[in-house]
Amino acid sequence: MNHDNYDDNYIRSILNGVKSIAMVGASPVNVRPSYFAFKYLAQRGYDMIPVNPGHVGKNLLGKPFVASLSDISRPVDMIDIFRNSSHIMPVVDEALTLSPPPKVIWMQLGARDDAAAEKAEAAGLKVVMNRCPKIEYGRLSSEISWMGVNSRTLSSKRAPIPTQGMRLSLNRTSVGGGATAASDRAAKNKSEPT
Amino acid sequence: MTDRLPGFSTLAVHAGAQPDPTTGARVTPIYQTTSFVFNDADHAASLFGLQAFGNIYTRIGNPTTAVLEERIAALEGGTAALAVASGHAAQVVVLQQLLMPGDEFIAARKLYGGSINQFTHAFKSFGWNVAWADPDDIGSFERAVTPRTKAIFIESIANPAGSITDIEGIAEVARKAGVPLIVDNTLATPYLIRPIDHGADIVVHSLTKFLGGHGNSLGGIIVDGGTFDWSKDNKYPMLNEPRPEYHGIRIQETFGNFAFAIACRVLGLRDLGPAISPFNAFMILTGIETLPLRMQKHCENAKAIAEFLAGHSAVATVNYAGLASDKYNKLARKYAPKGAGAVFTFSLRGGYDAGVNLVSNLKLFSHLANVGDTRSLVIHPASTTHSQLDDAAKVKSGAAPDVVRLSIGIEDKEDLIADLEQALSA
Ligand SMILES: Cc1ncc(COP(=O)(O)O)c(C=O)c1O
Repeated sequence: MNHDNYDDNYIRSILNGVKSIAMVGASPVNVRPSYFAFKYLAQRGYDMIPVNPGHVGKNLLGKPFVASLSDISRPVDMIDIFRNSSHIMPVVDEALTLSPPPKVIWMQLGARDDAAAEKAEAAGLKVVMNRCPKIEYGRLSSEISWMGVNSRTLSSKRAPIPTQGMRLSLNRTSVGGGATAASDRAAKNKSEPT
Repeated sequence: MTDRLPGFSTLAVHAGAQPDPTTGARVTPIYQTTSFVFNDADHAASLFGLQAFGNIYTRIGNPTTAVLEERIAALEGGTAALAVASGHAAQVVVLQQLLMPGDEFIAARKLYGGSINQFTHAFKSFGWNVAWADPDDIGSFERAVTPRTKAIFIESIANPAGSITDIEGIAEVARKAGVPLIVDNTLATPYLIRPIDHGADIVVHSLTKFLGGHGNSLGGIIVDGGTFDWSKDNKYPMLNEPRPEYHGIRIQETFGNFAFAIACRVLGLRDLGPAISPFNAFMILTGIETLPLRMQKHCENAKAIAEFLAGHSAVATVNYAGLASDKYNKLARKYAPKGAGAVFTFSLRGGYDAGVNLVSNLKLFSHLANVGDTRSLVIHPASTTHSQLDDAAKVKSGAAPDVVRLSIGIEDKEDLIADLEQALSA
């Protein structure tokens, strides 16, 4: 798996396939990116579970916080990790002890741990690093286009008007997947020692 | 299965647009409205807090304009774009995100005369200091870098003389200095040159020119290449520090590789206000659908006319990078293999007076201050677009007193040549 560039079909199959998402590091503070993403994914019909030991006893948009992944009493399809790269490995280790195990480990924008990714992939999980599921969902559905973002997709079909809780079609024609020359260069710049 | 990737002409027609969800209208409708109703109070709060995707008020964004933005982002290979009222507005909004009072940026000396004025005078009053460098001497950019340098600004094909800039060479200077390279790609359009592929981080355009292409609408755009790490060294507080106007959001952290375009929208356009009219966005979008066809014809005509002028006894010099003998031909073949654009200059043996005479004798060429129209245009830069520069600066920017600038349209080239022929011998 090339973790510098993901084929749109890979991201699409994940976002079309998963139903429940545990968000590790979800914040109740409404200016944090995790809050934005949690709220959006809930609006798009995902079954969201906030994981944050600091907020047990509280709710995030009506969903009770749990302290850790092992406190979730039902199977989860995807773990979305909103933690720094240095805190990824223990989360992945814990995810791999769940039964049944999740299908996807997703590390947020800015987060990347190649060793943790390798471990999860060896156990048969799909891994996405350094991406935001809200942005990817908005991009592949083109809902994000209102703010001039390049969805890198095309469609000649009339789309329905999104309503609360509606899952949108992500099956638009891709334009170059994630692999624009620019994103290649950004990935390269990032990995160069500074 | 990997998808087949659509080509440039397909993107020029389709990118960003899809049938209207409400009516099924196939052409992008003109959403000529100032504002958009909210579903409920929570929806309104989410939109204002940048938490949800949606429309609020046309100064900040508009569905017609959004199609234009995505289309150009796609054509340039960027992550996002922001359309504004004019090319000049795009330049102000970009630099407002990058410079604080007392900061500097380096700009190529060969630029549109209006940009030279904007940088020298208007920006000076904001405390943004420009240092000039010579695009034909990469070392002059290196030498101009100081600890306060925040950006480098060049034109891909420079107005007025159509000279070609070594984008990769200057991108390397920007990379070493840790600052973004901004390229004004107005005269090339992404059909001829895609600066992000050559190392640019930000592209700006005057949409007024070839992109709109019909001389009917002003507009400008900023394209985010998604290539620059704004968090490095904390040099760019607009992108990297918690923004008080959005309850402490950090733009880069929240928006990743399209953070710059978002900063331009929510910190620049929202507060400075130079929004494009949805009607202009519609006109420019319609123009872009034929961009590849028009640029082919513009370039083909320009080359024929440059060749004609080069062989004419009344003409002293022709500066067109598409001519094999031109100083910039090697760079043109590297950066713009499909054509060297359609704006160039030439000078007449008869000097200033012969230039003025020529302009007044032309019957098909229009004498006006614009470029990139379907119609062929002519101007004498020294007395118009570049008139505010002193003589030395005129020469350095390619607008010496004996120089005439042409912007070649998409008419039949034989008719354009006949018009020049009669005017040169009149
Ligand atoms: C290369 C270039 N950049 C910027 C501009 C400014 O654009 P506008 O007139 O749309 O503000 C022009 C206009 O002539 C131009 O030629």
